[in-house]
Amino acid sequence: MSAPFDTAKDAELLDQQVHAGSLVAASQWALIWHKFSRHRVAMVALVVVVLIYLVAAFAEFLAPYDPGKFDPRYTFAPPQQIHLFLTDEEGTRFAPHVLGYKSQVDPKSFRRLFQPDPEKVIPIGFFVEGQPYKFWGIWEANRHFLGPVDKADPFFLIGGDRLGRDLLSRTIHGTRISMSIGLVGVTFSLIIGLILGGISGYRGGLVDRVIQRVIEFIRSVPTIPLWLGLAAAMPKDWPPLQVYFAILIILSLIGWTEIARVVRGRFLSLRREDFVIAARLDGVSEFRLIMRHMMPSLYSHIIAAITLAIPNMILAETALSFLGLGLQPPIVSWGVLLQDAQNLRAITQAPWQFVPGVCVVVAVLALNFLGDGVRDAADPYAK
Amino acid sequence: MLIFILKRVAGMIPAMFAISILAFTVIQLPPGDYVSTYAAQIAQTGEAVDSAVLANLRERYGLGENVAVQYFKWIGGIARGDFGQSFEWNQPVTELVWGRMGMTALISFLTLITMWAVSLPIGIISAVRQYSVIDYLTTTFAFLATAVPEFLVAIVLLYISTMWFGVSVGGLFSPAFENAPFSLAKVLDFLQHAWIPILVIGLGSTAALTRIMRANLLDELHKPYVEAARAKGLPEGRLVLTYPVRVALNPFISTIGWVLPALISGELIVSTVLNLPTAGPLLLQALKSQDMYLAGAFILLTGGLVLIGTLISDILLAISDPRIRLS
Repeated sequence: MSAPFDTAKDAELLDQQVHAGSLVAASQWALIWHKFSRHRVAMVALVVVVLIYLVAAFAEFLAPYDPGKFDPRYTFAPPQQIHLFLTDEEGTRFAPHVLGYKSQVDPKSFRRLFQPDPEKVIPIGFFVEGQPYKFWGIWEANRHFLGPVDKADPFFLIGGDRLGRDLLSRTIHGTRISMSIGLVGVTFSLIIGLILGGISGYRGGLVDRVIQRVIEFIRSVPTIPLWLGLAAAMPKDWPPLQVYFAILIILSLIGWTEIARVVRGRFLSLRREDFVIAARLDGVSEFRLIMRHMMPSLYSHIIAAITLAIPNMILAETALSFLGLGLQPPIVSWGVLLQDAQNLRAITQAPWQFVPGVCVVVAVLALNFLGDGVRDAADPYAK
Repeated sequence: MLIFILKRVAGMIPAMFAISILAFTVIQLPPGDYVSTYAAQIAQTGEAVDSAVLANLRERYGLGENVAVQYFKWIGGIARGDFGQSFEWNQPVTELVWGRMGMTALISFLTLITMWAVSLPIGIISAVRQYSVIDYLTTTFAFLATAVPEFLVAIVLLYISTMWFGVSVGGLFSPAFENAPFSLAKVLDFLQHAWIPILVIGLGSTAALTRIMRANLLDELHKPYVEAARAKGLPEGRLVLTYPVRVALNPFISTIGWVLPALISGELIVSTVLNLPTAGPLLLQALKSQDMYLAGAFILLTGGLVLIGTLISDILLAISDPRIRLS
């Protein structure tokens, strides 16, 4: 028998019981997951988000073509419909195909008008050979998830753009850029927000007041003019990758404030918790106090703040690129693609150019719901 | 009350200073100075470059001297109403900026009013009738509205009105009224055009405000004082409007501080899509051609607009809540 107040021995006993399986204990993460999984909308959102990131990861494989491949014969080619069954003199059989185009130039407007041509049957299939690509820039491959069996045939599932490029391929590649902007941009914001928010909440006093004023000020400035001003200052001859990172930094310069606010709030309330005071009185070093004792109860809140910050990043990048001051072609993001939908003529002629916009809305909605779910589950001990 | 307002105005000075520094930084960012760019532009058209004019310009903006001197020359000019020269338009920025900024301010103000007029009643209804059809509808709508970028709504609206109704929705005035003097007919024409940008710009923020009003009111509705008033037999409608709504209104008013920056940002993008004669298209154009004094003036003035809006909301808050006025 242990002494009534021998906590160290009690804890040891508890550990033994848990290990032996005679006592069931759920870790904090298990509790969070349990609470999160009861949030049905958030679970659906989680699936959608995972799917979108999978598309982003396997873009080269999923896209039927290279995003830059153009063909002037198919300018603004309308979307093709997939037919599962083929009927000809041999009867009806299962043979997935799309129809080629009959095109003629309208003598008045000089626009190419397209009609599906029942004569031109283009068989399609999974894992077809197509344009060779370098997967993740490392492995050579030429298999595509879905495409025409003969790679010379036209295949425009959601239509073509003004240069006869396949919009589906471009949207899929745009997914990679747009979603990664969200992720990497949030990482930058997180670093700034964690450091400044942490200092602000942990130190308090004058440092806190100064940082709070700065945050208030940044939040009161209309973001778009400021972003535009910073983006416009970028030299025009920068390589695309450099522009990409410059845009990320510009977005993060404003995006960090929300994360800093959350971190500061948590630090302020944690500082007064008994276990933190106990650890401090025990003479734990400051670094260990923060990393070992305070951070674990911060993770879930930080994850929620991050999830809610990603959609804002995506929306901001889309807006900047849409206005022509964000990412520049040949980089393809949803915002860059939407530039083509900017004028009335382009969208009345080819309304399918809205598709990247639909992707933005779906991604942002899913991330918002996911973030809400995580935020509600972040504190599993709350009622 | 006067002292309160004076205090707030004094509190705005550091913020205004910070915004001016920010605008000045944006002006300074592009490589090279404007006078060299200007000289290169003139040289391109084949005209002779008058070096005396250039030297004069350099002197006026303090180019070649250190940054602090340049800043004070710039801000000093603004204090006298001189925002510098637009090299693209070859006009003083002042002449270009005010009309456009006025339109932006007007549109933003009208949007704000509309937003309140819509989100207040809907917020109240969805709080009082929690989990009713209306409540679910507004919740769904609010989530959608915050996820859709404004410019996308603008394009879709443009598309629908052209394809289905055959009317174009761009601009703020019909061509006949564009340069007409102020008249009742012009105001009506303006309202006919303006409701579309107002609707588009306000959509996201209206949704957010409705949610805030709903949450605020829900916090209040279950408090004992409401119960007590109900027990005394106060009619439900009067009860809700006189007590809990008044309390819930406070955070609602103070949200103007973050709604206004969002509105102005949205206005800039939407006006580019709908081609409105407001600050947006001109600012974008100025930034793309690196006409930095013009761009700087717009950034400074949009910041100023937000500050004024925040001041107004502070005053409204003080009027509605004596605790703030007296502390």
